[in-house]
Amino acid sequence: MSNVIPASLVKPKPAWKVWFDRIRNLSWTWRITWFYLSAMLFLPLVAMFTKAASDGWGKFWEIASSPIAISTYDITFTTSLIATLFNGLFGTAIAWVLVRYDFPGKRIIDASIDLPFALPTSVAGLTLATVYSDNGWIGSLFAPFGIKIAFTRLGVGMAMLFISLPFIVRTVQPVLIEMEKDIEEAAWCLGASDWQTFRQVILPPLLPSILTGMALGFSRAVGEYGSTVIIASNTPFKDLIAPVLIFQRLEQYDYAGATTIGVVLLLISLVLLLGINILQAWGQRYEEQ
Amino acid sequence: MKNSNPANALVRQGPAKKPFNWIPPILIGLSLAYIILIIYIPAINVFYQAFHKGIEPFIANLTRPDFLNAVRITLSLALITVPINTVFGLCAAWSIARHQFPGRTLLLSIIDLPLSISPVVAGLMIMLLYGRQGWFGGWLQDRGIDIVFAFPGMALATAFVSMPFVVREVIPVLEEAGVDQEEAARTLGASDWQIFWRVTLPNIRWGLMYGVLLTNARAMGEFGAVSVVSGNVANTTQSLPLFVEETYKQYETEAAFSAAVLLALLAAVTLIIKEILESKTRIKDKS
Repeated sequence: MSNVIPASLVKPKPAWKVWFDRIRNLSWTWRITWFYLSAMLFLPLVAMFTKAASDGWGKFWEIASSPIAISTYDITFTTSLIATLFNGLFGTAIAWVLVRYDFPGKRIIDASIDLPFALPTSVAGLTLATVYSDNGWIGSLFAPFGIKIAFTRLGVGMAMLFISLPFIVRTVQPVLIEMEKDIEEAAWCLGASDWQTFRQVILPPLLPSILTGMALGFSRAVGEYGSTVIIASNTPFKDLIAPVLIFQRLEQYDYAGATTIGVVLLLISLVLLLGINILQAWGQRYEEQ
Repeated sequence: MKNSNPANALVRQGPAKKPFNWIPPILIGLSLAYIILIIYIPAINVFYQAFHKGIEPFIANLTRPDFLNAVRITLSLALITVPINTVFGLCAAWSIARHQFPGRTLLLSIIDLPLSISPVVAGLMIMLLYGRQGWFGGWLQDRGIDIVFAFPGMALATAFVSMPFVVREVIPVLEEAGVDQEEAARTLGASDWQIFWRVTLPNIRWGLMYGVLLTNARAMGEFGAVSVVSGNVANTTQSLPLFVEETYKQYETEAAFSAAVLLALLAAVTLIIKEILESKTRIKDKS
């Protein structure tokens, strides 16, 4: 949708009047939309920022940069980033395989990619904790080598892999479907090797969607609580992640502490959201042609 | 792969340097291995753990009073939040799809916020508003209204996290349907309600159902946000996902997996319906 109204048609009315008329003539669908958004989204956001600001900047900074807070950011972001990189690689390969190749059971596999979306996070946490525990199906393979997965940071990473995989596959897939196979064949006919075709023809239009998917998955992994709280031992400085720290602060009725870390986490999701929007705008430049 | 597609056949007829393209089987193998490791093994494990001692312990767990209560709470949460979010979603989607205005993209991003905000932060915000020390805490306490650590708080948290789904799914179908039919109905003298029920709704029904389906799945499965505001009191504020975690923490692993099976089945049914709805919308795209 890009039927932009020419600026010359809007100009004559002063801006305030346009807004005044708009608010006065608001249809009831708009009123419901704004009322619900205000009550459910804006009010809680304002409440949180007011609470964070109420104790002053010094207190905010003190809590936000305390050693335990820093360690939770470190653990949350590094683990999410590693999980996202793995999923970026394998998610793109899965999307490619699902779009370009035919093999038996493809439809079922395609549908099951969304399972981590649909499965409640506590169920994911429960089954991952069991599978990766020392006597679980996968954990028992690694236990003899002294590698513990459940109740360590590695387990948190596995949970993040699980919950963020669909984001990458589902973002790359539609772009791959749209992509013309002709260009690849042309490149190949002109004597390009498989690797050259991939690097110079397939990857450039695909890259924005891969990065968008990774950013979406990363954002989800950073905020994840249900599956990670169950699979982690939640030991500070070891595998305690930021969302769990917020929860623990709340359990101790430390609202200021919880709010501060909550605001930090929220600001980071906002920055990520902005980045995702920029990436999507970047990706669209290929669609215009 | 034996049943290779026509493209592979073309490749094989090409220069003699390439007798067989090894890339597809390798990529398919790697992808399948990854999916099996990350998704299938944990999913199958849910069912194995619930049933490996036979069906009797499973049935016994399903008749526990605290389990039945958790089911009741989860169903009530969905029953309340899904209709509310559907009405909001339809209003917002219609308003946004049928108008061009500055800041439209921004508004869309704002509506998507609950998906990017950590569920724990969502719960925290509800605590800061309605909790004992919250903005409305004193007012509510004077009147004896419990929101936090009670069902209304859980409903608020659920409504918050499942807010964007209907809007997101309905806007594209609304835009695709266009305004022509609605305008034709209007010139023929139809009222707003008639237009909505007879023209708009039939046009957007698959997209709407898709949105409602996702809303319901999230509403029934939400853990983080609900966990923060519920206080997790057995029999009163324990939804099914909370029951799973609580029983697991109490070393009642079998009870946890029995409930998990139910939620996994819900997820499976959601995916099946989703697939059906997707094929419906795809058919519509082609016609």
